[in-house]
Amino acid sequence: MTADAPTIVEAGRRLRSGETTAVELIEAVIDSAHRTEAQLHAYLNLDREGAREAAQAADSDLAAGRDHGPLHGIPVALKDNMCTRGLETTAGSQILAGYAPPYDATVVRRLRDGGAVIVGKTNLDEFAMGSSTENSGYGTSYNPWDISRVPGGSSGGSAAAVAAGSALAALGSDTGGSIRQPASLSGIVGLKPTYGTVSRYGLIAFASSLDQIGPLTRDVADAALLLEAIWGHDPLDATSYHGAYPDPRARLDHGVDGMRIGVVSELAGDGYEPAVEAAVAGMVERLAASGAEVVELSLPTFEIALSAYYLIAPAECSANLARFDGIRYGHRAVGDTAEALMARTRAEGFGPEVTRRILLGTYALSAGYYDAFYGQAQRVRAAIQDDFASAYRQVDALVSPTSPTVAFKAGERVDDPLAMYLSDICTIPSNLSGHPAISVPIGVDDQGLPIGFQVMAPALGEQVMFQVAAEVERQADFTARPTLIEVAS
Amino acid sequence: MPIEIDIAHVARLARLDLTDEELEGYKSQLGVILDHAARVQGLQGEPHAGSAHPLGLFNAFREDEARPSLDRDEVLSQAPESADGYFVAPPALEIE
Amino acid sequence: MTTWEPVIGIEVHVELTTSSKMFCGCAVAFGAEPNTLVCPVCLGLPGALPVTNRRAIEWITAIGLSLNCEISEHSVFHRKNYFYADLPKNYQISQFDLPVCVDGHLDIVVEGTVRRVGIERAHMEEDTGKSIHVGTGGRIHAASSTLLDFNRSGVPLVEIVSRPDMRSAREARVYAQELRSLVAELGVSDARLEEGSIRFDANVSVRPEGAGELGTKVEVKNMNSFRSLERAVAHEIERQVEVLESGGALVQETRHWDEEAGVTHSLRTKEGSSDYRYFAEPDLVPMVFEPEWVEEIRSTLPELPAQRRARYVESGLDADLAGILSDSALELRLIYEEAVSAGAPLKAAANWLTGEVMGWLRRTATDSSVIALTGGQLAELLGMIEEGTVSSSAAKDVLDGVLAGEGSPREVAAGRDLVQISDVSALESAVEEALAANPDAVASFRSGETKVVGFLVGQVMRATEGRADPKLVSEMITSRLGE
Repeated sequence: MTADAPTIVEAGRRLRSGETTAVELIEAVIDSAHRTEAQLHAYLNLDREGAREAAQAADSDLAAGRDHGPLHGIPVALKDNMCTRGLETTAGSQILAGYAPPYDATVVRRLRDGGAVIVGKTNLDEFAMGSSTENSGYGTSYNPWDISRVPGGSSGGSAAAVAAGSALAALGSDTGGSIRQPASLSGIVGLKPTYGTVSRYGLIAFASSLDQIGPLTRDVADAALLLEAIWGHDPLDATSYHGAYPDPRARLDHGVDGMRIGVVSELAGDGYEPAVEAAVAGMVERLAASGAEVVELSLPTFEIALSAYYLIAPAECSANLARFDGIRYGHRAVGDTAEALMARTRAEGFGPEVTRRILLGTYALSAGYYDAFYGQAQRVRAAIQDDFASAYRQVDALVSPTSPTVAFKAGERVDDPLAMYLSDICTIPSNLSGHPAISVPIGVDDQGLPIGFQVMAPALGEQVMFQVAAEVERQADFTARPTLIEVAS
Repeated sequence: MPIEIDIAHVARLARLDLTDEELEGYKSQLGVILDHAARVQGLQGEPHAGSAHPLGLFNAFREDEARPSLDRDEVLSQAPESADGYFVAPPALEIE
Repeated sequence: MTTWEPVIGIEVHVELTTSSKMFCGCAVAFGAEPNTLVCPVCLGLPGALPVTNRRAIEWITAIGLSLNCEISEHSVFHRKNYFYADLPKNYQISQFDLPVCVDGHLDIVVEGTVRRVGIERAHMEEDTGKSIHVGTGGRIHAASSTLLDFNRSGVPLVEIVSRPDMRSAREARVYAQELRSLVAELGVSDARLEEGSIRFDANVSVRPEGAGELGTKVEVKNMNSFRSLERAVAHEIERQVEVLESGGALVQETRHWDEEAGVTHSLRTKEGSSDYRYFAEPDLVPMVFEPEWVEEIRSTLPELPAQRRARYVESGLDADLAGILSDSALELRLIYEEAVSAGAPLKAAANWLTGEVMGWLRRTATDSSVIALTGGQLAELLGMIEEGTVSSSAAKDVLDGVLAGEGSPREVAAGRDLVQISDVSALESAVEEALAANPDAVASFRSGETKVVGFLVGQVMRATEGRADPKLVSEMITSRLGE
């Protein structure tokens, strides 16, 4: 049995031609979930009732001539770190078990206003910290391509759902690669937009200066469509960009003839699986053959990007997660004093990875250590931005593998935090710079596991990024689909 | 250079009530990670602070207009303990 | 015997009366039902984000300009990290090393002398929620639970830090009062100590006179009136001197003023000082104060003390008087302006205000904000002196009566029987009696000793219980004797 759900574009065409209805679309998605969830555990909360209601409303609206746009009637899943009013939102943590926010995140409101059908909330590494979804406080998710393997993380649930057809598209969040890496490991498209273009209001914060919400979709055109539906200035987010936004779809068909593309030399070598490197190199050749001028570039600061990230992100998260104290919402432990209650609540509610990062971040900010660690990491960040700036004076886009490896076995890296962190070595630089980057599936290795190709572009360079990504997609002609084991319903 | 971490102090600052065993475990893990993270000290060239926002945004303000607040019942429905419109918590031992 | 010099700095927190909170749209209001003015942002709900209130920034700039501060070209918010139940995010958005205002000063007049108090900085931050400790006795350690109200959470707060330039409890009080007046005059805060919309903490140390180094600094909190501020600081100075003179050592700590007992108590000291782990707030972007914007704000300011002083001098007051009047409390200056508009002569009005009126306020320990005198009444009183209705010495008594709330000057003069007798016919009989009763004096006058008129005037004054117009009596006697 293969998953062959339609793309957003195709589903939209069928809806408007009358070939299908929003109700049919959601029922197919729910059916797919029923058949795969026991194996995948992509969802924390499949909101059948809410989704069906929304689908019915979408159908009546369309019938009445009220067309809300490209997302109208489309089933979209949301990573469970985006607030949905009245619907449990856990951030994958036991500390928020049963928490129902009194408000919608801005991106959720925009999806609803666009007539999208929210299927439910997907699984994630706790508070988006991880690269496999194994850090979830509710059990891990698995990869539809091989259910003994991880789908990647932290947006693993979203990636698995889209790959399996139990959502037509999903939103995830990317702080160090958490959309792109699972997209790569799960054989789908995933992108992190320019920092500041998608509102973070209602996204449960991990690292404020790095977090961005972005789409996980079946193809590049869908990703551009979904991005357009959710991005734009938000007055509720002070870091939200209020200038002119590019048209992401304008150059999808233009090809790469005449473009200059840089291959990052630091993102190769030790630790990279040969199949991954071969596939990426092969694609680079095909881009050259299509008319792109390809050069190899060195961005030396990339060698210490991971180090800077593992000081900045934990520092910010240590403050962002301080609010989880059992006082106003969420889990509350027993305690005689406020201090004891808070400390016990947090020890009980947070998993080991989150605890590790809070401790790390608190240390990096503490008196006597701030300058050598956090202060220095910010200087490295500035240097990374300089390296990117100088690279983009020479090329239009940069390319690399999305991840050094294909999907690894569940349990393989959980006990070795540093090994887990190395999954993000290709994706982290663009989080630090705030630049957009996308992962496109280009093939499978000899075990049938997907390989992802990353395209990076300058800030607000989504047009160029999509232009290259669309060509990569055309060249890859990636038609493989995950083989799922059927479960008797 | 091995980094000496007063893990108990850090856990106290972060309000994490961990057992001695857990603290030992985290201490050694942190040591490994910090060793790797200390590579930031190898930065070459002229260090500078960089801009706070990748797109160089500044002066993002909202106008001083009052907007409707949340419904108190909805807010308190999520509270672990509440009474008479207040959130209820155990007493604080220390005063900031 | 060592002479000890007190060194005092004051930290002030001012709640701004903006329409909405510092980082969200919840209304700023006093006395609302608990937790009815809250939203995801000021409650610290997951996913919420702050957005800065423009007016609050304009107002802190106005405060800074009024305090002669430099407005930083580039200013940034920082997270101040600590855990407390009334701090929803368990960090406060505040400012660290790039505050909005730096390096200013406030000139205060203490017992006739102008003293300049340096302002180190003024920065912007958000207020916390309120904790109500419920249990026996109401004291924190005896409480059985805490009730939390987040209506106040997120209200804009300006923190103004002075340099340790004050040298007495009195100076500290005057500084606090002046700052309060300035902030109230700017219209940015209710600035009511009793309501908590303005709060003062004092940093007190002592050192041997002439010593360069500062002594151990103690922070004193919980002073809920200007009087208690002065008392608390005075007590703390005494306490510190006592400790040092008896050979003891002082601990750098925070002490709590107990108004009833008249002493400061040590609060439980936490191990080590707090590590707030400040870092720049990543959810906000920097503030850039372009010169045009700062000038625009400056143009909205009401007249500042230095300008006012100059205006008074230009109008004819001498520099000293202009200075004292200009630096006096807002209410007194308003009385001055009103009196002058009602026709009072400038110098007389200024003299009476800075002399008699301020003296009365001091003697009766009355705050100028509750003064009973109006400008019109002062003009009336000065007019009465001018027209001879009361003598200048009687006028002081009349003023006392008006300040005590007995009524208008004419009412008080009548009520206290202070009206000067200036009617010739009314005085004729008294003059005749005095002359008749003192034939020797009359004879002295006739033989050339004109000085004796003074004695005779005195007799008439005694007979009329001081109410006769002495000038007129003198004239009448002289002319009568000249016949």
